[in-house]
Amino acid sequence: MKTSAHSVPTRDKPPRGGWVPIGLAIPATVLLILLYVIPIICLVSLSFTDYELGALEIRWIGWNNFARITQDAVFLRSIRNTLLYVALVIPTSVLLGLVIALLIHSRRATRSLYEVVYFLPVTSTLIAMATVWQFLLHPKLGPVNQLLLQLGFSSQAFITDPGWIIPTLAMIGAWQMVGFNMILFLAGLSNIPRELYDAAAVDGANGWLDRFTRITWPQLGPTTLFVVITTCISAFKVFDTVATLTQGRGESEVLLYAIYLEGFQYFKMGYASALTLVFLAFILVCAVWQLRHWDRKVHYA
Amino acid sequence: MRALLHRVLPHILLLLGAWWMLMPFVWMLCTAFKAPSEIFEASLWPWPRTWFGVSHFLEVLKTAPMTRYMVNGAIVCAGILMVQLLVAIPAAYALAKHQFWGRDALFLGILGALTIPIQVTALPLYLGLSSLGWLNTYLAQMLPFFLSMFAIFLLRQHFKTFPDEIIQAARLDGMTEWEIVWRVVTPSARPAIAAFSIFSMVAHWNDLYWPMIVISSTDLAPPPLGMLLFATAESGANYGALMAGATLITAPMVLAFLLARRRFIQGITMTGFR
Repeated sequence: MKTSAHSVPTRDKPPRGGWVPIGLAIPATVLLILLYVIPIICLVSLSFTDYELGALEIRWIGWNNFARITQDAVFLRSIRNTLLYVALVIPTSVLLGLVIALLIHSRRATRSLYEVVYFLPVTSTLIAMATVWQFLLHPKLGPVNQLLLQLGFSSQAFITDPGWIIPTLAMIGAWQMVGFNMILFLAGLSNIPRELYDAAAVDGANGWLDRFTRITWPQLGPTTLFVVITTCISAFKVFDTVATLTQGRGESEVLLYAIYLEGFQYFKMGYASALTLVFLAFILVCAVWQLRHWDRKVHYA
Repeated sequence: MRALLHRVLPHILLLLGAWWMLMPFVWMLCTAFKAPSEIFEASLWPWPRTWFGVSHFLEVLKTAPMTRYMVNGAIVCAGILMVQLLVAIPAAYALAKHQFWGRDALFLGILGALTIPIQVTALPLYLGLSSLGWLNTYLAQMLPFFLSMFAIFLLRQHFKTFPDEIIQAARLDGMTEWEIVWRVVTPSARPAIAAFSIFSMVAHWNDLYWPMIVISSTDLAPPPLGMLLFATAESGANYGALMAGATLITAPMVLAFLLARRRFIQGITMTGFR
């Protein structure tokens, strides 16, 4: 029944009025040009200038902004911090998302309860919850440090100590993303045909680990890749927690916060544009990876 | 023994994880209802010994225009969603069911723009809005999000599966394409539209980056920016009031989630784009 609708090429039954579909798509086209095409052209052009907001003249300075990036200790640190953050958040939130999904998948009575609990952080406002985490991790008033003290450890400055801040931010980031990844894994798990497990049982795969390595893990392949990529993209966009907890203090700058400061606090528009292009490069690497994966899914799934 | 372990172990692990997930919410609520003297005692047990009633909440409402922030958030979210749907539905229909000049270019552009987050276009958009004198307006908060690539992409997929025969029949009945879009095709996509609406509302209710750039007046600030302003003003000293503020700002989305669990989970995860 699907074939009859699809095998007939659309152009064989021309819709009335060739202008009508163009009219339907015009608002979207205009917005696409205004909100994406022109801004990106401007962004690239600005990145070759020394424009500052309020400056009377703009000078074309070639690759100077990009040369300056390689000397900019703060921005280089923000790249390192962001990469560390991404490197911590991806394994934590993907592995925990997978483990939790595996554990929940076989529950019956309690499944939806656990789903709600783990998904709750995804819907909550990160700014507000970051304030709560700040309180939980407070050196004197927070329960986390109280627990450490009672267990005989010394209290830690999780938010002000430069050695702790990125892991702390990553813990909060993972806290918010685990539930999202769990739901994606649950969807992937319910797509695995039961017969595969039955067939594996006949072949002698009986242990839990055996079933996981032979069936579950390979079958989850596309899901896992998708989860890793989306986690990667959102981890690169870390901003809210930094804006709430540190404002970049204690060597905690991340890409977006550094760009925000240069562009919207110091109004160095030219330089901030160049920094934005660096950020865009990171995002595009993830996105291209994602598009290639979509492609594969369309062809082989 | 082994069997018992097999039954109990998953729950132990899940409960440990659940504690990590829920601890911030539990502490937030308990602290919001706790007397200030007790907050400074720093105990491991969050439950208040004496209830402080709603005093912290009253204090928040007195010192910060929380209701104003909420109203702003609602206005901005509703405005964005309305325009997103008005723009995306006809475009998705045209892309799915029509051949027209530039169609493939438009679709490629949409796919490309899907990968560009607001943080990339923020700078030129800010300059544009600033030169028009539109900074500090609701419109400035909403404008960059009027075009949702994701809505177009999602609805196009949906409309493609809509039977051509029904559209033909509607045309023979004398319906215009405009009427077909809204009265024939749109109702069929209601679940997708509902899921997208939730996705859009959650994303924009919680967005901080863009409002932080274009809004400097508290009269127009949405909840996340309001929370940031409030937290900065309190400078971390008054945790009772801070937690009450956090409760107020998180409550609408969390309550909506608890009321419409399935739809929320569907809406947020069908996307993969955050």
